[in-house]
Amino acid sequence: MLKTIAAAVLVSAAGLMNAYAQGGGKVTVVTSFSKDVTDPLKAGFEASNPGFTMDVQNKSTSSGVKYLDEIKANNQVDLFWASAPDAFDSLKGKNLLAKFTPAVTGLPDKVGSYNVNDPDGFYFGFAASGYGIMWNERYLEANGLAKPAEWSDLTKPEYFDHIAIAAPSRSGTTHLTIETILQGEGWDKGWGTLKAMGGNLQQVTERSFGVPDAVNSGQTGIGVVIDFFAFSAQASGFPIGFAYPSVTTVVPANVAIIANAPNREGAEAFINYLLSEPGQTVLLEPSIRRLPINPALYAMAPEGFPNPFKDARFQSMISFDADVSKKRTDVVDTLYDQLVTFQLDNLKAATRAIHDTEVALASGENAQARTLLDEARAMIAAMPISAEQAASAGIGDAFTGGDQKTARQAELEQQWAAFATEKYAAAKAKAEEALALTQ
Amino acid sequence: MAYALSSPSQRVSSRPGQTAAVLVIALFLGVFLIVPAGTVIYTAFTDKGTGTFTFVNFFDFFGTDLFVRSFWNSVYVSGMSVVWATVLALPLAVLTTRFEFRGAIVIQTLGFVPLIMPPFVGAVAMQLLFGRNGTVNLLLNDRFGFKLPFMDGLNGVIFVQSLHYFPFILINLSTSLRNIDRSMEEAAQNLGASGFRLFRRIVFPLAMPGYLAGASLVFVKVFDDLATPLLLNVKDMLAPQAYLRVTSVGLTDPMGYVISVILIAVSIFAMWVSAIAMRGKDYSTVQRGGGGLSRRQLGTGESVVAYGVVMLILLLVLSPHIGLLLLSFATVWSFSPLPDAFTVAHYGRVFGESSLYIKNTLIYASLAGLIDVAVGGAIAYLVLRTRIVGRRWLDWAATSALAIPGVVLGIGYLRTFYGVTLPDGTPLAALWVMVVLALAIRRLPYALRACYAALQQISESLEEAAENLGATKFHTVRRIVLPLMMGGLLAGFVTSFSTAAVELSATLMLIQSNSDAPIAYGLYVFMQSPAGRGPGAALGVIAVVMVALCTLLSHYVIERRQKANGMAK
Repeated sequence: MLKTIAAAVLVSAAGLMNAYAQGGGKVTVVTSFSKDVTDPLKAGFEASNPGFTMDVQNKSTSSGVKYLDEIKANNQVDLFWASAPDAFDSLKGKNLLAKFTPAVTGLPDKVGSYNVNDPDGFYFGFAASGYGIMWNERYLEANGLAKPAEWSDLTKPEYFDHIAIAAPSRSGTTHLTIETILQGEGWDKGWGTLKAMGGNLQQVTERSFGVPDAVNSGQTGIGVVIDFFAFSAQASGFPIGFAYPSVTTVVPANVAIIANAPNREGAEAFINYLLSEPGQTVLLEPSIRRLPINPALYAMAPEGFPNPFKDARFQSMISFDADVSKKRTDVVDTLYDQLVTFQLDNLKAATRAIHDTEVALASGENAQARTLLDEARAMIAAMPISAEQAASAGIGDAFTGGDQKTARQAELEQQWAAFATEKYAAAKAKAEEALALTQ
Repeated sequence: MAYALSSPSQRVSSRPGQTAAVLVIALFLGVFLIVPAGTVIYTAFTDKGTGTFTFVNFFDFFGTDLFVRSFWNSVYVSGMSVVWATVLALPLAVLTTRFEFRGAIVIQTLGFVPLIMPPFVGAVAMQLLFGRNGTVNLLLNDRFGFKLPFMDGLNGVIFVQSLHYFPFILINLSTSLRNIDRSMEEAAQNLGASGFRLFRRIVFPLAMPGYLAGASLVFVKVFDDLATPLLLNVKDMLAPQAYLRVTSVGLTDPMGYVISVILIAVSIFAMWVSAIAMRGKDYSTVQRGGGGLSRRQLGTGESVVAYGVVMLILLLVLSPHIGLLLLSFATVWSFSPLPDAFTVAHYGRVFGESSLYIKNTLIYASLAGLIDVAVGGAIAYLVLRTRIVGRRWLDWAATSALAIPGVVLGIGYLRTFYGVTLPDGTPLAALWVMVVLALAIRRLPYALRACYAALQQISESLEEAAENLGATKFHTVRRIVLPLMMGGLLAGFVTSFSTAAVELSATLMLIQSNSDAPIAYGLYVFMQSPAGRGPGAALGVIAVVMVALCTLLSHYVIERRQKANGMAK
């Protein structure tokens, strides 16, 4: 019986190989991109590579990674195609990706401060996207709010309860932005900014698309998003505005061949198409609006289309250290969850008290109250662990399951949450004390 | 009469046929539920990194403020949702079954529609109506200068959950009410009871099995539901906490699975409590048919009030679907009470592909519903009518499916069945049959509760009479039990079918090609971009209409059966 099955498998496998040897066949892609992105590229790929058909399987990034991991023994998927570089890094770490050298040459190595491609040749950036602030015009008008321009604007009292962001633990691209802020401003100052912004948040969503969804429908006024969410909303007619702050990050979206791909040839053909000029041109379509990785194409881009290779705001970024980022990824995400996401009510209560006091001080300065207020701010900004500790094996291994861990992940989470609860309550008390002094 | 007949009759101890049934069902649950879920949930008992067996994760659960807070929040929300769901369901159920009420079938069907909430679009529609800048609040703010936080925090979750899940109570309670024999009521009336007293002392207690079946489902479902809290951005509840940890990229965090184990334990505990509440009481009646309770005419004044109440409730519970309908015709709808303009273009966009989605959905959901009714009916019979060893375990195992997050079951299926290949090399897990089985397992508890309630209302003396007349067990089941349970079986089928039709979380893991995709997957694909919102809503409307039509059809069948029975008498 087993032999019959084995023989049948061999015969059919041989048949399949034969089919592929002649070129063509089905190319299976697991992707997190929406139909708006995949349909035009699928059409373009099939037109320029006759004989190949593309089968698109939509999964969220995280279920895509889990899926590929579960099916690796009998893999039927040729390509993984998504935004978040950390998902590709995770797949690479599990030996689920195959090495490849694209036929297209002459593309830049870096966009902004990030490497376009995996240095080891396992995954490739095909488009770039910048981070920025999107807003709902009607919402701002109804609430009498000015358009935000800079990250620091988002910490101002008037934007309290008007902002949404995706949790960095759930969105690889948000994670990169947060890591960039931490590297740019330093660990302590950076967290101060993040928590000051966090105190103004209306919601922390669990998927990247949750933010533009909330802003589009007007449930939230302002969202911290990746640019194409705003561009495609504008293209669909929503009353959306968008701005890149003067310091921003630009991150690549990627594609990779899966190890043991059943149609390797088709997978290679797709990557080559995606990086070629016709493939890159498709990215300029209004419903897609991603920044091509080929600098030459910006010549035919529509008016006002940002160019990450020329515009100063993308170049002004400090250099991004991928090693530092990688070492503390889990720690940074968990810290954000424990200090902001799951503490949002406490953090907002303290922030509101500080805003109230600030407003009161504006009409009559009071030195003692000012000191108390500064103390309150310092309490919110305080961190349970230092940058050195965050990068240490003792803490990092608690998340990766390494043998140098000093505590279990759950214990660390509880410690950090308790730390935040206590500090935020104390900060709120201080701010209220200061407010009492002004009256 | 109802209580008098609670003869603890000699239930026949296990026979070969029953043993075989237990074994088959145990095998089914074992292969398609316990093994797949177990391979994933086992992580809860391992140390991170080393993988050694440990209970330390459970200590961590109770040592973490966030989890303890989440636990109590979930208990509170589930309890309150049962209360509000009852408030919504009771008038609809009683008015449509106890009174001559025109359009009762339509009302029953419409009252059932909230259960069919397509993923993602349902959420968007809800926010557009009730969100802090939704239609209602924008109008309130305009006219009166204040807003109501319908969708904020735990109360928001209770609000949405009661609207979403009250049909569980409605459908089970209505079925129970229909099954009450009118002679009970007449006897009470002869003894002088009437009005509210009659309802409170006779009718409602007799309908108790149905109510409890529905209420326990609402409790457990709300406890285990992650979609609604996440849509409202409430993260300190148990199910969302489990989901957030299970679906994160990177190394598996055991706490997500620890929470899953806790969810399963609480679900089974809740079902056990509802079983305890029923213990020692007998709700069965001997006489059958006669079209259920006698239906009363309403006076003119009463009619106005009754229709008013029904319309108000329907308007409230159907508002998400009204929002969905508007969204499917809207060009742009953003921060305004109504869309800017209307178009039919979205339907045009989905028209081509929707027929494939509809076909797949109908096949998957009806097969899943049939499996559920067969397995659920068998389990209910074994638990209530036999004393065979292990029958309660079947019940609890099937019930635990409620608490297993869809994504966990999906991963479990891949892990268990992907290695098994067909002769041509296709993995077993890649077959669409696997999607059907996953859906059947996920919806089995619904059908099980309905079958349970139906069987509780049938007196064993009817079966005993049949056996005394020489019928075999098999014959009795086929000729007596099944026909009498038909209403409950259909209720179970409809619940399983319609909720399976919009299920996504397990499906998303198992769908291997577009040609096998059901409508919920199509919706998901559209709802990832702003331009896809309209087409997604259009697909959602198609799904709701399709399921509602099927529901209407089965209500019609139930109603006709009852009439036919009545006439035969």
